[in-house]
Amino acid sequence: MALKIVKGSIDRMFDKNLQDLVRGIRNHKEDEAKYISTCIDEIKQELKQDNIAVKANAVCKLTYLQMLGYDVSWAAFNIVEVMSSSKFTYKRIGYLAASQCFHESTDVIMLTTNQIRKDLSSPNQYDTGVALTGLSCFVTPDLARDLANDIMTLMSHTKPYIRKKAVLIMYKVFLKYPESLRPAFPRLKEKLEDPDPGVQSAAVNVICELARRNPKNYLSLAPLFFKLMTSSTNNWVLIKIIKLFGALTPLEPRLGKKLIEPLTNLIHSTSAMSLLYECVNTVYIDVNTPPLPSLSLSLCLYLSLPPQLCVQKLRILIEDSDQNLKYLGLLAMSKILKTHPKSVQSHKDLILQCLDDKDESIRLRALDLLYGMVSKKNLMEIVKKLMLHVDKAEGTTYRDELLTKIIDICSQSNYQYITNFEWYISILVELTRLEGTRHGHLIASQMLDVAIRVKAIRGFAVAQMATLLDNAHLLTGNMQRMGICEVLYAAAWICGEFSEHLENPMQTLEAMLRPKVATLPGHIQAVYVQNAAKLFATVLKSQEGNTDSTAAQETSQLMIDRLPLFVQSANLEVQERASCILQLVKYIQKLQQKDVEVAEEVSALFAGELNPVAPKAQKKVPVPEGLDLDSWINEPPSESESEDEQPKAIFAKEEPKHSRPRREEVDEKELAKRREARKQEQANNPFYIKASPSSQKVYQEAPGVEHIPVVQIDLSVPLKVPGLPMSDQYVKLEEERRQKERAEKKKKEKKKRKEKRSGRGKKHDSGPESEEDITPAHQVDIVTEEMPEKSSKHKKKKQKKEKEEKEKKKKKKHHHHHHHSDGGGEEAVQNGTVEEEEPLPVSVFFCFLPLTKVYDIQGNLQDGSQVVVSVIFENKCDSFLKSMEFNVLDSLNSKLQRPEGSGPHDGLTVPFQLPPGVSNEARFVFTVQSIIMPQKLKGTLTFIVKDSSTHEKLDFKLHFTCTSYLITTPCYSDAFAKLLESGDLKCSSVRLEGVNMPFHHLLARICFHHHFSVVERIDSCASMYSRSIQGHHVCLLVKVSAQTVSIDAKCDEPTLLGNVLDEIKQTFSQC
Amino acid sequence: MQFMLLFSRQGKLRLQKWYVPLSDKERKKISRDLVQTILARKPKMCSFLEWRDLKIVYKRYASLYFCCAVEDQDNELITLEIIHRYVELLDKYFGSVCELDIIFNFEKAYFILDEFLLGGEAQETSKKNVLKAIEQADLLQEVRIFLYHQIHLL
Repeated sequence: MALKIVKGSIDRMFDKNLQDLVRGIRNHKEDEAKYISTCIDEIKQELKQDNIAVKANAVCKLTYLQMLGYDVSWAAFNIVEVMSSSKFTYKRIGYLAASQCFHESTDVIMLTTNQIRKDLSSPNQYDTGVALTGLSCFVTPDLARDLANDIMTLMSHTKPYIRKKAVLIMYKVFLKYPESLRPAFPRLKEKLEDPDPGVQSAAVNVICELARRNPKNYLSLAPLFFKLMTSSTNNWVLIKIIKLFGALTPLEPRLGKKLIEPLTNLIHSTSAMSLLYECVNTVYIDVNTPPLPSLSLSLCLYLSLPPQLCVQKLRILIEDSDQNLKYLGLLAMSKILKTHPKSVQSHKDLILQCLDDKDESIRLRALDLLYGMVSKKNLMEIVKKLMLHVDKAEGTTYRDELLTKIIDICSQSNYQYITNFEWYISILVELTRLEGTRHGHLIASQMLDVAIRVKAIRGFAVAQMATLLDNAHLLTGNMQRMGICEVLYAAAWICGEFSEHLENPMQTLEAMLRPKVATLPGHIQAVYVQNAAKLFATVLKSQEGNTDSTAAQETSQLMIDRLPLFVQSANLEVQERASCILQLVKYIQKLQQKDVEVAEEVSALFAGELNPVAPKAQKKVPVPEGLDLDSWINEPPSESESEDEQPKAIFAKEEPKHSRPRREEVDEKELAKRREARKQEQANNPFYIKASPSSQKVYQEAPGVEHIPVVQIDLSVPLKVPGLPMSDQYVKLEEERRQKERAEKKKKEKKKRKEKRSGRGKKHDSGPESEEDITPAHQVDIVTEEMPEKSSKHKKKKQKKEKEEKEKKKKKKHHHHHHHSDGGGEEAVQNGTVEEEEPLPVSVFFCFLPLTKVYDIQGNLQDGSQVVVSVIFENKCDSFLKSMEFNVLDSLNSKLQRPEGSGPHDGLTVPFQLPPGVSNEARFVFTVQSIIMPQKLKGTLTFIVKDSSTHEKLDFKLHFTCTSYLITTPCYSDAFAKLLESGDLKCSSVRLEGVNMPFHHLLARICFHHHFSVVERIDSCASMYSRSIQGHHVCLLVKVSAQTVSIDAKCDEPTLLGNVLDEIKQTFSQC
Repeated sequence: MQFMLLFSRQGKLRLQKWYVPLSDKERKKISRDLVQTILARKPKMCSFLEWRDLKIVYKRYASLYFCCAVEDQDNELITLEIIHRYVELLDKYFGSVCELDIIFNFEKAYFILDEFLLGGEAQETSKKNVLKAIEQADLLQEVRIFLYHQIHLL
């Protein structure tokens, strides 16, 4: 035995120790990896020996290698061995290695539990200390659970050294094993008054961190902390306490009042910047954050002139020479800015100074602040400063940042702060002189925006732009400035479009036709060519007025001379425009030679002013009298008519006809791409008629057919000829339109006209925006010229319908995903769709009061037999509720859908638990066979109340009204008329007496509660429509005279109709 | 505090302490990214930066960067103070500490850190107490400290 020890230590003399390893690595800089791999081999040998000293040395080296990034997880077991050594020297190394190398997924951690427990109860406080330290790094939920009690005992250890470690590590234990918090809490609280300041501060630390996560539970400690705050002089502790109060105050506003004095004292007296910063940050920032932003105001009112006080203190920070304080001061300032802009604005000078700081991060912070500080008064001044900085700034990144900030600042909230647009234009022009900026397009879009929207500025803008065009060579001088040439796009367009403002259009025209222009990017050249033509028109007009006719001819000659350059352009757009215009000018020249006055006609080409258009302006255009958009221009071709009559046949016939053989030719990706492109096209095309909602009905009646149109269209484009996709879209448009026709009961439409319309729509891709496509800030318009609102009744209806259509789509999605989209509830209320809220019968609550429930019943559009019931569970008692099970006694007609494998009487587990005061929503799907009768289902909800651990039961009834099977479906009046004429519907009527409400309220009520939509309304008479999930049509004619409402109703299912009418009657009897 | 890193001007890691459970892979990625970001900053820049959802507080002492990651609500200045306090402790312990002291006695550097911070929270605000605890623990161990006096951090 003795020999073995001697042998061990002799061996050890030849081992590398840590220092040798480090030295070795430093000496093998070239082949470090190779050297280390030999070292690792040595270490593996060393680990195989019995000598614990050798093992500890090896583990120590491994810890070092781990830091260098080598994987040492293979040695985890050896680390545990070294940890369990009885010698402190090795134990320390073992725990260090474990704390560096172990994480939650390390398996051997399980083996350490008993060793750690032994070490925790060791008589040597340093053994205990080392175990606690190690544990803090690798504690797992299992370890936390098993050792929580041992650590809790250590919190009352005789040695403060152990107590403070135990207190701190309890926080980690709470995180891993939250159940330990409750039993440990009294002891933790006790430690707040521990005689040892270290232990005390540890307890403050832990409670502060806990309170940050869940402040509510720690309100009761407020008085204790208040005492600590006023008595403690330890800044570390004070900072934590202030942070804690920052979390508590929003829950208990009265605390704010109490805090004023000590906080103000601290702010005034402390010399520690960290403490001052914490005070300012907590009082003005943490408290300001939701959930109670209004509170900050009250808190500020309590403190005497506090924003000023704090901002002044922050000013001291910012004025400090220390970069760090400056940075933090600005950071805090920008947070205060949100709530107290006034008090920050007075320190504009200081913030502008910060723009000169050598530290870029400080400059960027200052820029952020400036953005929020501008007002009408100081905008010019601030921007002027910024412009100076732009000139001085080194480094393109910062300069670009400045440029975007200037534009952001000026254009924010729709140019709210700009009082003089001439100034803004000049700023933009000045910015173009910036070298090497990437933001040319940004400047360009601003120029265009301002010139178009601010009418009064056009003259000035045009003059500036003409100068820009004249000096275009300066902008395009070197390659580095390519980004900025984007502004020429704007300049050319503005000069062309508003050429009447030009002083010397001829000069500008020449500038636009310089050979140098051909070096510009294609899209800019295209604009040049087009606008040269506009200018040409203007020039001609002025020259023809004069007596000298040669001038006009010379102008034409100039065009003819210069345009061929563009005709040769490689850019298709440029080429096309140039050749068109060249031919035009040649023709004009011919006319001029015959002394024909052409100027008028040429300018007519570009006549009409371009005004900013609000996205919804199109709808306000009144339909001219006598124009019926729905009537046919020509007789519809007989072929399509026959197709219309057999909608199903067309699918069946056409699919095999031309789609199948070609299927292989188009690969899936290509299809997807085209589909995407087409969707895009449709979305942007204002003339594209979206599938009418009633077409859904067609789908529904022929289940499984719904996807066919799409597939069919995709496959009809099998060849990859560039021209074809266009016509494909044409086909698609046509198809969609036909579907709509079919859906509208084969209503005859003006086919030719439609075709013309959709065709035109395609060419005008960039034409007026559709509703979804909201481009220029319309509400923002400065020269907004809203078109007169003369919408006829017909138009209004159409608008409404479109809206409903959109909502419908939303709703469909809603159903499909089976979950509430954001603000879903609200949306449903606005739309007046299916959701319905009814509290459960009150009697339910007599037995036990912990729960309230609200439920909605929604029919599922996708499946005519499914109804989704959303139940909102709200826990109103003070205990935690868990293991909730929802069960309903199925009827013959309605069954709760249960997961496969469960019996017909099994309950469904509610997938969540409910802490007190919390509510959550669960959805249950029911299968309903017949929907023509209302029904009530009995059900029970069982749950366990955490504290009593007993099962509780709550009975309830689910009331499926017939209304809940109805789905708001918009319907066109003509389709509605057809429906009524068809004679398939059964009649019924009902009279409501004593209804005393405005007619539109009455309609809204029916829409909202019973899921109808108004088809048409004339005076005090309205027709309404709705459809059941199984496709029954329900039509109402509502008339009101005096206080009597009569409802005549038609439906293809008389029982359903009777029930719906009863429900409507009931709705009105309640009011 | 989420973690603390010490690294050299060449970007070599000298010490790392993680107070949040992360896999080795994540740790490596974070330290690589962060070392690059910090080394790219100019010497006169302030000590704070926002990085992902964390606040990074760093300070350079001679050739070594000390870098801490704290959460959004944490106080940057007190973190800076923690860093400085740690450097002072190292300095007191090694007596004019330099980078090589930390390289060759890296386990000691860890022991000191562990006496000062626990689970990412400052456990002892008194320098004297920390050093006393270390000294007493060292007494239980056969100590071999190699001191390298080159460029001193303080």
